[in-house]
Amino acid sequence: MDLTQILEIATCTDPGMVRSHNEDSIAADAANGLVVLADGMGGYNAGEVASGMATTVIVTEMRQILSGSKPYQVDAKTKEEIAPKIVREQVLKANTSIYQAAQTQPQYAGMGTTLVVCLYYDNRMLVAHLGDSRLYMLRDGKFKQVTRDHSLLQEQIDSGIITAEQAKKAAHKNLVTKALGIDPTVEPEIHEYPTKPGDIYLLCSDGLCDMVEDDDIGMTLQALGANLKLAAEQLVQMANDNGGRDNVSVILVRVLREYPGTKGMMGKVFGWLK
Amino acid sequence: MAKLILSMDGLVLKEIPLTKERTTLGRKPHNDIQIDNLAVSGEHAVIVTILNDSFLEDLGSTNGTVVNGNPVKKHFLQNNDVIELGKYKLKFIGEAAPAAGAGGDKADFEKTMVLRPSTMKAAAQAAAAAGGGAQAAVAARQAAVQAAGQSAAATGIADKDAAKAPAMAAAAPAAAAAPSAAPAAKPAQPLGAIQLLSGGNAGKELELTKPLTTLGKPGVQVAVLTRRPQGYFITHVEGAVRPQVNGQQIGAAPHALKDHDVIELAGIKMEFFLKT
Repeated sequence: MDLTQILEIATCTDPGMVRSHNEDSIAADAANGLVVLADGMGGYNAGEVASGMATTVIVTEMRQILSGSKPYQVDAKTKEEIAPKIVREQVLKANTSIYQAAQTQPQYAGMGTTLVVCLYYDNRMLVAHLGDSRLYMLRDGKFKQVTRDHSLLQEQIDSGIITAEQAKKAAHKNLVTKALGIDPTVEPEIHEYPTKPGDIYLLCSDGLCDMVEDDDIGMTLQALGANLKLAAEQLVQMANDNGGRDNVSVILVRVLREYPGTKGMMGKVFGWLK
Repeated sequence: MAKLILSMDGLVLKEIPLTKERTTLGRKPHNDIQIDNLAVSGEHAVIVTILNDSFLEDLGSTNGTVVNGNPVKKHFLQNNDVIELGKYKLKFIGEAAPAAGAGGDKADFEKTMVLRPSTMKAAAQAAAAAGGGAQAAVAARQAAVQAAGQSAAATGIADKDAAKAPAMAAAAPAAAAAPSAAPAAKPAQPLGAIQLLSGGNAGKELELTKPLTTLGKPGVQVAVLTRRPQGYFITHVEGAVRPQVNGQQIGAAPHALKDHDVIELAGIKMEFFLKT
């Protein structure tokens, strides 16, 4: 099912005001309902390499799989939908590629990347993430964070060592506890949410949420939601106006209409045939 | 990271970061820095970079390598050294260039790093083994989280090459001068406002205190006024017709507003002015 007419997508990425190069990488494939954002880390230009590999591997592999099957298809053996499995497998594939490159080429040693992947299908959204890049959602005027960072700060908040207020001033915003390409294997956090027409989803790197208050981000999306491209540019500009100390990347996705999958009989028959 | 700035006749051509252990200079295309000039030998020279030190070595070139006016065979590059190859000049900017100097080792502390769970687990297990008991394990886990936070900066497992500016809490003096991690406090700037000149609410005044204020009728014509450090801007959001400023339709890009500019939007005129 081609989602080009159902999802409106706007992207914007910028090196920021301090960094000379952009280690973030973004990719969007509206037809397949797939968006990917990665924020790379590692010496000199290795960060770019890691984030670039992550987005390329995931988009290409997913495109190939989705050309032959549907995310809501039911696996004959496990009796479960294949979406979480295929997303997880592609994330692992990207992990292996990055990890192997880092192991075999000294200039890439230690590189890694954060990741947020969203796959839209059947009036739903599957999100897989690693690290401190985030997914937010604006629905019926309410703006909230969907993903929870895999970061030391978040762990400290969870265990009650510090409060969310203190966290804003914490010195170690920068420590992530999970990332792609660092270890031979990784377990992405995967969740599924129903979507509604009119929803706006925001994927962003920490360059945005560290520099701009959540309230301001929400207000911008609400005010400029009618013009998604402008909203994306405005968010990047706000991060840069506030100092722009890191690369800033945003992907905005608006759900225009319902997009039910043709599950029911057809899907089941298809599942049996496999 | 050390870098070279390539220039000819005072014109800067390129900045080249010295990322590799060996950076070769020469006329032939396989060199890392290719300078296509007959005065430059095919393999002219090499710069060997070890940690923070860079050494320049002439590879037996025909016309020789000159540093700061003196011909050299081997030279330990210092900040601001100028290497001359024919008409080309390469200025060497060392590691401790101004940008890095400000952050110093604190910059490292700000880079994003991966904290491997294994290091935390190991610490927790060690503590648990020593102390025993579930409570101790929980405490150890928390201690490990804290300890890992402090040590990760030093061990640097995978640092995100995105130095985000000097540390805040850990470096209080620096924080006073540098912008803090939270969005910087709004700089003192004159407050803008608009006054409606026509329509049912003519005479009404609206202060522009928020970072952005939308105006117009949704679905017909909407514009946004953004408050930025540089001043106020108006941008077209939706509608077939773009708003007018002083009788001129604005473009797709944000338009800077000046004191007493007259905006016309969805059939309503309004004046933008700065409050003193």
